[in-house]
Amino acid sequence: MTITVAGNKKEYPDGLTVAALLAAENVETPEYVTVSLNDDFVPGDSFDQTVLGDGDEVEFMYFMGGGR
Amino acid sequence: MPFTNDQLQRYSRHIILQEVGAKGQRKLCEAKVLIIGAGGLGAPAALYLAAAGIGTIGIADADEVDLSNLQRQVIHTTPDVGKAKVLSAQETMNRINPEVTVKTYRTFVMADNIMELIADYDFILDGTDNFPAKFLINDACVLAGKPFSHAGIIRFKGQLMTYVPGQGPCYRCVFREPPPPDAVPTCKQAGVIGAMGGVIGSLQAMEAIKYILGKGDLLTGYLLTYDALKMDFRKIRLPRRDTCAVCGKSPTILAPFDYAQAVCELG
Ligand SMILES: [Zn+2]
Repeated sequence: MTITVAGNKKEYPDGLTVAALLAAENVETPEYVTVSLNDDFVPGDSFDQTVLGDGDEVEFMYFMGGGR
Repeated sequence: MPFTNDQLQRYSRHIILQEVGAKGQRKLCEAKVLIIGAGGLGAPAALYLAAAGIGTIGIADADEVDLSNLQRQVIHTTPDVGKAKVLSAQETMNRINPEVTVKTYRTFVMADNIMELIADYDFILDGTDNFPAKFLINDACVLAGKPFSHAGIIRFKGQLMTYVPGQGPCYRCVFREPPPPDAVPTCKQAGVIGAMGGVIGSLQAMEAIKYILGKGDLLTGYLLTYDALKMDFRKIRLPRRDTCAVCGKSPTILAPFDYAQAVCELG
């Protein structure tokens, strides 16, 4: 299947979960990343159960605490 | 009161812009913007807002200038080391533009003072470096109905978003609650490229100026992310969270509150 991850089209096997995608994309501290799927937030406790499908658009939002 | 000749000269590159004009410059000269944190983000933002002639600029920070600040906090200079950041910032801003009134607040911004602090301002800039402060600013601005710019920077990355009351999601919609201390890296631990504050802090100033002018599209409902190594700017569309604890349909946060965090985290 083809999904769009942070704006880039990528090929992934069917049945991929959000949690597996976070691992495959080497996302740092995945437990503190906000994920949106097709313009809806994915609840943090359901990354394991949320299965992605062809054409899905996924975005990652990261904590950035610096500023001073 | 009409502009003086000096003012017409000083602001000529603004006034000539169709989107600004004398009317827009007047709005800028009458506006009040509060910058919380006189550091990597707040420094460049303060410089541009002062240069733009924002009538009243408030700046809040409890710290003194440290040698390790100077790699990015361009409003402070080497002779300022040891001086209160708000005073150093005020001096620089007034050297750039003696017409702006700079109000200094040498204090940590906390739940017990933030509502009073933001009450008098039209737009607030979050230039803080820690999550408790970022959530506090968000909650207070949502509760008080104040527009604000959130930003964060780390390593070669930065991001910002703009909240306007009644439009689009707030910071808490996206991030829910602060991560546990040390769960995600801070600038102090991870470093940050100095120019990143210049890029993102200047964008915050730009959002404030556009809001005051009432021109263009703000970053409401979007998170702008910048990856300097990939030289990639992205606007991520943000969903709204109806269950948001502060701006959702049945909010549970009805007053600002402080998250416990050791003071050493604040530097
Ligand atoms: Zn919200």
